[in-house]
Amino acid sequence: MKFDTPAKTNPIDQLKVVGKPVDRIDGPLKTTGTAKYAYEHHDVAPDTAYGYVIGSAIAKGRITSINLNEAKAAPGVLAIVTADNAGKLGKGELNTAKLLGGPEIQHYHQAIGVVVAETFEQARAAAQLVQVKYERAKGSFDLAAAKDSGIKPKPGFGGPPDTSVGNFAGAFASAPVKFEATYTTPDQSHCMMEPHASIAVWKGDKLTVWTSNQMIAWGVRDMAKTLGIPKENVRFISPYIGGGFGGKLFLRADVLLAALGARAAKRPVKVALQRALMMNNTTHRAATIQRIRLGATKEGKLTAIAHESWSGDLPDGGPETAVSQTRQLYAGANRMTAMRLAVLDLTEANAMRAPGEASGMMALEIAMDEMAEKLGLDPIEFRILNDTQVVPDNPAKPPSSDPQSKAPEEKHNPHPPFSQRQLTECFRTGAKRFGWNKRNPTPGKTRDGHWLIGIGVAAAFRNNLVTKSAARVRLDNRGIVTVETDMTDIGTGSYTIIAQTAAEMMGVPLDKVVVRLGDSSFPVSCGSGGQWGGNNSTAGVYAACMKLREAIAQKAGFNASDATFTDGQVRSGNRTITLAEAAGDKGLVAEDFIEYGDLDKQFQQSTFGAHFVEVGVNAATGETRLRRMLAVCAAGRILNPKMARSQVIGAMTMGAGAALMEGLVVDKRHGFFVNHDLATYEVPVHADIPHLEAIFLDETDPTSSPMKAKGVAELGICGVAAAVANAIYNATGIRVRDYPITLDKLLDKLPEMV
Amino acid sequence: MRPFTFERAKTPADAAAAASRNPGSRFVAGGTNLLDLMKLEIETPTHLIDVNGLGLDKIEPTEDGGVRIGALVRNTDLSADERIRRDYGVLARALVAGATGQLRNMATTAGNLLQRTRCPYFYDTNQPCNKRTPGSGCGAIGGYSRQHAVVGVSDACIATHPSDMAVALRVLDATVETIRPDGATRKIAIAEFHRLPGDKPQIDTVLMSGELITAVTLPKPIGGAQIYRKVRDRASYAFALISVAAIVQRDGTGRVALGGVAHKPWRVEAAEAEMPRGAKAVTARLLADAKPTAENAFKLKLVERALASVLAEAKGAQP
Ligand SMILES: Cc1cc2nc3c(=O)[nH]c(=O)nc-3n(C[C@H](O)[C@H](O)[C@H](O)COP(=O)(O)OP(=O)(O)OC[C@H]3O[C@@H](n4cnc5c(N)ncnc54)[C@H](O)[C@@H]3O)c2cc1C
Ligand code: SF4
Repeated sequence: MKFDTPAKTNPIDQLKVVGKPVDRIDGPLKTTGTAKYAYEHHDVAPDTAYGYVIGSAIAKGRITSINLNEAKAAPGVLAIVTADNAGKLGKGELNTAKLLGGPEIQHYHQAIGVVVAETFEQARAAAQLVQVKYERAKGSFDLAAAKDSGIKPKPGFGGPPDTSVGNFAGAFASAPVKFEATYTTPDQSHCMMEPHASIAVWKGDKLTVWTSNQMIAWGVRDMAKTLGIPKENVRFISPYIGGGFGGKLFLRADVLLAALGARAAKRPVKVALQRALMMNNTTHRAATIQRIRLGATKEGKLTAIAHESWSGDLPDGGPETAVSQTRQLYAGANRMTAMRLAVLDLTEANAMRAPGEASGMMALEIAMDEMAEKLGLDPIEFRILNDTQVVPDNPAKPPSSDPQSKAPEEKHNPHPPFSQRQLTECFRTGAKRFGWNKRNPTPGKTRDGHWLIGIGVAAAFRNNLVTKSAARVRLDNRGIVTVETDMTDIGTGSYTIIAQTAAEMMGVPLDKVVVRLGDSSFPVSCGSGGQWGGNNSTAGVYAACMKLREAIAQKAGFNASDATFTDGQVRSGNRTITLAEAAGDKGLVAEDFIEYGDLDKQFQQSTFGAHFVEVGVNAATGETRLRRMLAVCAAGRILNPKMARSQVIGAMTMGAGAALMEGLVVDKRHGFFVNHDLATYEVPVHADIPHLEAIFLDETDPTSSPMKAKGVAELGICGVAAAVANAIYNATGIRVRDYPITLDKLLDKLPEMV
Repeated sequence: MRPFTFERAKTPADAAAAASRNPGSRFVAGGTNLLDLMKLEIETPTHLIDVNGLGLDKIEPTEDGGVRIGALVRNTDLSADERIRRDYGVLARALVAGATGQLRNMATTAGNLLQRTRCPYFYDTNQPCNKRTPGSGCGAIGGYSRQHAVVGVSDACIATHPSDMAVALRVLDATVETIRPDGATRKIAIAEFHRLPGDKPQIDTVLMSGELITAVTLPKPIGGAQIYRKVRDRASYAFALISVAAIVQRDGTGRVALGGVAHKPWRVEAAEAEMPRGAKAVTARLLADAKPTAENAFKLKLVERALASVLAEAKGAQP
């Protein structure tokens, strides 16, 4: 089904099942421990052996020798695979560094081998006996030092590296009120609960991998490419995923080394990346240095906006696209954005929840707070004053915003309208609900015992992406509707919203729907990433259900256009038959996909919100503790308010971590992230998070898909950290532009102790 | 983890004797620190002696009005004990500020005292660390040292002792009781128990090989407002950036010990004479010889400010 004109009234609009806050249909499996995760498929291969990955001890250089003798002789060892005996390997399209390094080493903890043994303990012990000698080479590990060598990166997900509208330099120079500051964000690690894990089983030349991966089709393609075997010979099965946040978008070393280990040991092999490897072996969110300049009239109209960002990655990598939102969020006639990319020999940088905007909003939304103060304006009123219903800076896009299609370039509108934009309404609703008018605009004036109290606000913004997604729907003679798609559920609730979609479309209760996900033998979906999963995967199911409705109508001898599907029955005129009867003994199957025209070029589809935060800063020690948080979101139709709320409060928690504690620390001498475990890489714990409130404005977006929905899961993190930073400023009068805002950055400027 | 043999000792003397029979052995109590280190092969004992069955899990009054805490008393039980909560509040508070409920259910009094540093270079066997591999160098000096010690450091090591409990024991003048393989027992003042790193950072305490901790005793209660203030980046489940254990009497005199600043719980008795003059004066004496790194110099000011707020709280708390 091609979606190229705005959606009209359709069966989803009945909202009998869709839009209801139903519980997760996979909840009972998860809460009883019976949902099987990648490492737990004990039944598929009872004779599975264990692989333990060896990570490089240096960041850059070469292996000069590997001695395996002792390790091979250790108890239980079945095989050891290194680059020496792995055979020729390719590299996945979406991998920057090699998943099996050696002799050249590209980053710390790059996998250089896997030891396979009868038990996990034996594999781990033997791995310690592998003796590796290295020759170190000088690497580049310090973004601040490498920044000026940064080059203009290739256009990618975040659009072109440079954009310009009007004359920024002139407008900034002549602006009555000017502001300029530089902000930094640190490297971050996804730190999802379930590590990367895989079980690989070979049958002849066919490989099946039970794994934990957000994008099944990308994984299969890159695995086939890396092994140099046909795609048809690779199957991925990933029904449950213990979090990903972008860390599992790509093929990673666990899959490859399980497959190579299994081939060498002639046994099924399972591999989980040990926790330390999550930080230095897999991908991470890159640190940024961001410079923002704003010029405005005395009344607060922005006339000049510039946002530049520097980040680093391995050679041939990509930038953190931290300037993206600045092209779209606020009006202003003269503007420029630029991204520069330096070479850093740390593990590869890539997407983490809301890549680009999460980091960019951390800087931009402090800058807006600072400028509002300079102008003597309320920070909410300042933002509303510069709201816009058209995109201020819409560079000619690379071929398509669809990450999977190769559509030809469309004619280009430099200022397309937003399909929906309720940013002002988000601020107004939130201000009322949070009691914004009780905030003292003068910083450092509100106290509660030992605590300095402050309230801060920031906008939330994240684009909505549309991309092709397919599904298959079966109807059987018991009236059961089964949906199959390679879509994944990374904890987001995909199972549930897909079931709701199928139930609505087919007119059956939820318990008559079975959803099967995450298997590459199913039709290829959009996968989970970029907050595109919810809208696109359900739209694909919508398309397949439409086809199934036609098949049912035809079989029943009805006219598809006037058949209605309710209560497990299909009705036309005064004739009714049950779906079970219509299916008959053979059942009915339909498969289709949703694909998109150029509505996303005619209209900019984005999601908006406003974050409100109240903090207490300990007057003695500078410890910041959150007291209240609210997010108001406008993000199209909310398919399941309960699941959407979970996504947003989870994202707020992650944003709170980014504000206050998260950051990979680079050892700039040896080139690695030092805090590579969950004791030293701090993410929020329950005690850090207060009551969180997330509300959604009523919105449907007919340009996004027949579902009229958009993404919410990444919107929730964008802007949170800046709202916290702004609240800390309101509490203390101290501006910290360097995340995370730990107490040592406040201590020198806190009021004297009496 | 290297293969090891295992035995369960029946009496304290047995345990100590078993240790001397098996060079390269270790006692295991809750195992919450030792087993993690064994998995990473930072500790590589060839033999484990389980001391959980020694009957050292009681909290009893002593003849001079104090209490004896068995070496195997769990942190949870100790923090919940009525006498400890009433008479040694600083200890109860320090205990519950540490780790998590699950860990405290396993962690023992002796194991807590003997837990090893949390220096990240100590934990990464690819990195130099004099404490883990004597002579290999110190990764933290010139590297990531935000958490590290500011006083009592050496050119070989700037690690901290991570325990909260030990800081409270220091301010309470506790005594560690031990038994050696030859059956001899001794009492070690907590002040003497942990070492400074010097040029042998691999040695954390004055315990001798095979020496088993049997108990920790606390002297008669001394009253006062007893406060434990732990400062950290997140609200729970994090080691202290710094901590302050204080006992403040009504007249403003008292005692102070610090955590997170040194290779041992840090107390300078002479500094306590300054208590009536306030936090600045006390801190100046306590941290007089501080040699912080650029990354952890903030700890000096943090100690002073945290102590000031503790002293203010103590004043407010006096009946
Ligand atoms: C994630 C995490 C967070 C933590 N956070 C904190 C925190 O915030 N604050 C804090 O204070 N602690 C914290 N801890 C540390 C925790 O308190 C210690 O791991 C625990 O106290 C160790 O006690 P155990 O009985 O398990 O010791 P074990 O691991 O059994 O033993 C530790 C050492 O003591 C030796 N030993 C044990 N018993 C005896 C004995 N009777 N005589 C002689 N030697 C003995 C062992 O041989 C071993 O060398 C944390 C630990 C973890 C894992
Ligand atoms: S500070 Fe001590 S524990 Fe840390 S690396 Fe240096 S020697 Fe090792």
